[in-house]
Amino acid sequence: MSLLETHSLTAHYGDFQALFGMDIHLDEGETVAIIGANGAGKSTLMRSISGVLTNGPDQVRFDGQPIGGLAADEIMARGVAMVPEGRRLFPSLSVEENLLIGTYGRKVQGHWSLQTIYDLFPILKERRNHPGAALSGGQQQMVAIGRALMSNPRVLLCDEISLGLAPVIIKDIYDAVPRIQEAGASLIVVEQDISQAMKVADRVYCMMEGRVTLEGTADTLSREAIHDAYFGGAAA
Amino acid sequence: MIWIDTIIQGVLLGGLYALFAAGLSLVFGIMRLVNLAHGDLIVFAAYLILLLVSLLGLSPFLAAIIAAPIMFCVGWALQRHVLNRVLGPDILPPLLVTFGLSVVLQNALLEVFSADSQRLPAGEIATASVQMGGLNLGVLPLLTFASAILVIVGLNQLFYRTELGRAFRATSDDAVTAGLMGIRPDRIFATATAIAMLVVTLAAIYLGMRANFDPNIGPARLIYAFEAVIIGGLGSLWGTLVGGIIIGVAQTVGAAINPEWQILAGHLAFLLVLLIKPRGLFPRAVD
Repeated sequence: MSLLETHSLTAHYGDFQALFGMDIHLDEGETVAIIGANGAGKSTLMRSISGVLTNGPDQVRFDGQPIGGLAADEIMARGVAMVPEGRRLFPSLSVEENLLIGTYGRKVQGHWSLQTIYDLFPILKERRNHPGAALSGGQQQMVAIGRALMSNPRVLLCDEISLGLAPVIIKDIYDAVPRIQEAGASLIVVEQDISQAMKVADRVYCMMEGRVTLEGTADTLSREAIHDAYFGGAAA
Repeated sequence: MIWIDTIIQGVLLGGLYALFAAGLSLVFGIMRLVNLAHGDLIVFAAYLILLLVSLLGLSPFLAAIIAAPIMFCVGWALQRHVLNRVLGPDILPPLLVTFGLSVVLQNALLEVFSADSQRLPAGEIATASVQMGGLNLGVLPLLTFASAILVIVGLNQLFYRTELGRAFRATSDDAVTAGLMGIRPDRIFATATAIAMLVVTLAAIYLGMRANFDPNIGPARLIYAFEAVIIGGLGSLWGTLVGGIIIGVAQTVGAAINPEWQILAGHLAFLLVLLIKPRGLFPRAVD
C-alpha cells in the first residue's frame, strides 16, 4: 500500500473539467516529480490532494484512509503539507511568524523546529523579524518551504518551487531537498523544468490535459519519450 | 478654561465612540465584514445587562460579567451559523444579512422591552467627579476612556503577541493559504466575532449608564462607530481611538457653540477628514 494515492481523481472548476481520472501514488520515503506544460493540471492536482479543492472521499487516500473529502486544515493535520504555487506568504506576518503559523493550534514533534529550519536556511535567521514581503523571491520560497516543514509532515507537496527564480537560487533551494528527505518526508514535486525534476525525483509522472501521459523512474525515461508526453507526441 | 474643559469632555466622549467602534474594527479587520447590526448588538447587550440587574439585583458591572460570556456565545453562534454562510467574494450578501439582523433585533427588543427608554443604574459614579488641574472630570467618562484604552491595548496584544493573533492576521491576509497551514477560517472568524461581542458588552455598560437607551438607538450608535473606524483608517485600532476622539471633540465643541450643532459638527468633522485623507488617518499598508 502506498503512503498517498489518487484513484480516478477528477476535478472541475465550474463546467470546466481539469482532471480526468488521475491515478498516481507515492510510496514512503519516495520523491515523485510531476511534470507537464502550463495548463496540464499539475496545480489542480496539488490543490485536490491538499484539500483546497474537495473530491470524492476515495479519490485521494493517505495512509490507507480516504481523505479526498476533507478540508485543507484536516489534511494538513494528518500530515500532508503544501508549499503553494507563488509562495503565498502572509504579508502581515514576519518571517518567523510565517514559520510559526505552520504549527498553529497543536504540538508537533519531529525533526523540524524553528532551530532546524534556520540551520537549513541560515539567511532566514538573519531576516526573521522582517516582513515576509520584504524578502527576495528565493528567500520567500525558503520561508514557504520552512512554513510547510514546521508541521513535520509525512508528505510535502511542492508546487513549482523554482518558478520565477534565477538558476543559482533554484540550486540553493533544491540543495535542501536531500535534507528534507533524510528527515523522513516523502515528496511530490511539481516542476516545469524537466532536468531539475529528473535530478531530484525517484519517479516521474508526465501530465497533459488532465491525464497522466507517461510514468517511469527517472533513469529509464528517454528525453524523446518525455518530449512526446509533454507536448503531445506522435507529431514529432 | 471653558474651551479646555469642552475639549477634554470631547476626548473622553471619544473613548465611548472608540468602544462602540473597536468591535466593528476587529471584525472588519479580520474578515472584511461590515456588521450593520453592530449598534443593535450593543443595545441588545445593554438590555441583557438591564435584565440581569433587575432580576438579580446586581450592579451593572457585576451583571456585565455574567452577560459577557453569554454575548461571547451569541457572537460565536451568529458567526458560525449565519454570517460564515454569506461571507465570500461578494460583499453584498453579508451587508444584507446584517441589515436584516439589525431590523430583527430592533423589533424583537421592542416586543420584549417596549419602546420605553431605560437606563442602567450607575449609582454614585454617575455624578461623581474628580478635580484635575482646575477641571472637574466625571468619573464615568474617565472610566469609559480608560476602558477604551485598555480594550485597544488588549486587542493589540492579542493581535501581535499571541498564537491566536497570528492566526487572525494570517487568515485576514489569505484564508485559503491559512487553511493549508491547518487553520480553520470559519473557526477563526467565529472566535473573532465572539471576542468582538465581549467588547460590545463593555460598550453596553457605558452606553446604558451614560444616557437613556431604547430599542431604536442602535443605528445612530453604529454611525458614530463607523465614522470612528473610517477616520482612523480601516483595520487600525489606535486609529479607531483617534477617530472616536475627533468625533467626540467635534461634537462637544459644536454643542458648546450651539446645542443644535452637536450631531452635525461630528458628521462634518468626519467629512472633512475624508476630504483631506480619503483612506483615513492611519490606513494599513497592505489591503
